[in-house]
Amino acid sequence: MTLDDLTVVLPELVLAVFGMSALIWAVFSTGGRRGAALIWLTSAVFVGMAAWIAFATTGEKMAFSNSFVDDSLSRFAKVMILLSASVVLFISRDFLSRERLAKFEFPVLVGFAVLGMMVMVSANDLIVLYLGLELQSLSLYVLAAFHRNSVRSTEAGLKYFVLGALSSGLLLYGASLVYGFAGTTSLPGIAAAMSPEGLAAQSPAGVNKSIGLLFGMAFMIVALAFKVAAAPFHMWTPDVYEGSPTPVTALFSTAPKVAALVLLARLLTTGFGNVVADWQNIIAAVSVLSMFVGAITAIGQTDIKRLMAYSSIAHMGFALMGAAAGTAQGLEAMLLYMAIYLVMNVGTFAFILSMRRRNQPVTDIYALGMFSKQSPVQALSLMLLLFSMAGIVPLLGFVAKLYVFLAAIDGGMVWLAISGGIASVIGAFYYLRIVYVMYFGEQRTPLDNTIPRSGLITLVASAIIVVVGVVNLFSITQWSTVAALALFQ
Amino acid sequence: MSLIELAFYGFSGVAVFAAFSVVLARNPVHAVLFLILTFLSTAGLFVLMGAEFIAMLLIIVYVGAVAVLFLFVVMMLDVDFAELKAGMARYIPVGLLIGVVLLMALGIQYTTWETSPEAAALRQNETPDMSEVQNSVALGRLIYTKYIFGFQAAGLILLVAMIGAIVLTHRRRTNVKRQDIVAQIYRDPDAAIELRDVKPGSGTE
Repeated sequence: MTLDDLTVVLPELVLAVFGMSALIWAVFSTGGRRGAALIWLTSAVFVGMAAWIAFATTGEKMAFSNSFVDDSLSRFAKVMILLSASVVLFISRDFLSRERLAKFEFPVLVGFAVLGMMVMVSANDLIVLYLGLELQSLSLYVLAAFHRNSVRSTEAGLKYFVLGALSSGLLLYGASLVYGFAGTTSLPGIAAAMSPEGLAAQSPAGVNKSIGLLFGMAFMIVALAFKVAAAPFHMWTPDVYEGSPTPVTALFSTAPKVAALVLLARLLTTGFGNVVADWQNIIAAVSVLSMFVGAITAIGQTDIKRLMAYSSIAHMGFALMGAAAGTAQGLEAMLLYMAIYLVMNVGTFAFILSMRRRNQPVTDIYALGMFSKQSPVQALSLMLLLFSMAGIVPLLGFVAKLYVFLAAIDGGMVWLAISGGIASVIGAFYYLRIVYVMYFGEQRTPLDNTIPRSGLITLVASAIIVVVGVVNLFSITQWSTVAALALFQ
Repeated sequence: MSLIELAFYGFSGVAVFAAFSVVLARNPVHAVLFLILTFLSTAGLFVLMGAEFIAMLLIIVYVGAVAVLFLFVVMMLDVDFAELKAGMARYIPVGLLIGVVLLMALGIQYTTWETSPEAAALRQNETPDMSEVQNSVALGRLIYTKYIFGFQAAGLILLVAMIGAIVLTHRRRTNVKRQDIVAQIYRDPDAAIELRDVKPGSGTE
């Protein structure tokens, strides 16, 4: 370990020190509003760190004997993670205070979860990969059960914990098989062991790939598909999303998905880049299944949190389509898809967090009947976000889908793009149904019109981004192209 | 048969027998005790392999902490294990299926398992010369140098686990009397006792 190593992990170090000092400050101070203050502070720290990471460093640096990498891909992902987590904290404070959940542990745990995600996207070694994933997951298990007096929340936490532990077990088993084959845990080392020359040397008899290696790879992909809630490993998602406190659901559906997808992309491209044909079909199958499962099973849902769970499953399918292409273009499409998905999701959750009736949170979509008359601005913003999620033409969500479809076609997977198109048409139904209920639905007891200012700002801002961004995507492509090329050199 | 072989078969035999007994024992306390026996004989196997550090770790962590914790839970919580086991018959086919799959996965190692040609050399690279240093020294050299990042990250994971346990279970009780040592020290016997002259029939105030 040298000073150079520490410079590379400086953002992670700063976040870890911030988390621990916030904990100590909160334990020893006795003010009544520590939680709320710390939520603001953590949110501000995330934004500051995102700006720092985006502008302070360039190039590619390795640390700790190449187990940790800081390249343009990891920086792009870290900025997305930090900004989305920051906005989620920003819109959650009001909800948490009302539900008496604004304890100081909440932002601290979110901070450690984000730290885990930052380690995940920088992992260049199976050990670091696993530790980052566990740091993130463990914090999220606790957050799922954060409303400990509610049976639903406790159930969500327990379910997430048990199934998450199972998937971590699968990941470890897969990693041990891969290590057994390659003799090293470093991703470039694994790639070297699987290079065409390496594979030819190991078995003159003609068998060209170790069956243990394929087993290990499949196990690792399954475990990561589980973490991003892609079908057929999605069963836990609706229950956990519904039971967790809504701010935690908003967090679940944003930053961790980016981290796990970028981790998966790095593992597949850097680690298993020499055996693309072996994983391409697995990813493509997971992608198709997620798109259809997400689109079809959401039709019967009337709870908006469950609906968002299925919607996120479908979106993961589309994002994985980019990864399935196995090209730089595909990876870039995936990154853009995730960036746009974050904007839409954060905006929608800003609205869901404000849904209350008689000061109780509601999640039934029919409670929105004739909401457009009550508050036209919010209804219009939500409509734009939902249209965008459905992929309707002039909005940003359509551009996102277009990118992944094009990447899939260029990667020679026309069937994948076609099934994506069909799935998005099916999926449009349930987004449009919410819009229908808002504008033409039956009027019920109206909602309390109490959206906090933070929620309103986020909702309207993301709706504006979804419309205006179509012009040039805010030039985000110049960064995403560089980020995607980091893995293909 | 050499002594080492004898010890190997002895430890393995006991380990397999004890592992079966964990599952089959009717009394949950016996099951936990058999679990401890399994750990102990596995530790013996590790010693035979020359991994004395892991052997001691197994005894300290698993026997000393984990199994004893199990024992406490089993003895303190009044769980009706007969009732829990009643539903087991339904799940036995699934359990057997998973067992067979795992056995097959392990079996790969003895059939078509292949490793990359450099794998053995790569593994050897990392290992310090075992004739010169002990296990714990060798591990320490790696953990505190090459793997320091992972080591610290693992520390953070444990911190999160600790925070989580406190967040989810700690309750601040209001009606509990706590010992206040400072107040006890500064207690003044003269002020604590007051003598009053009580007139017959009138009582104190």
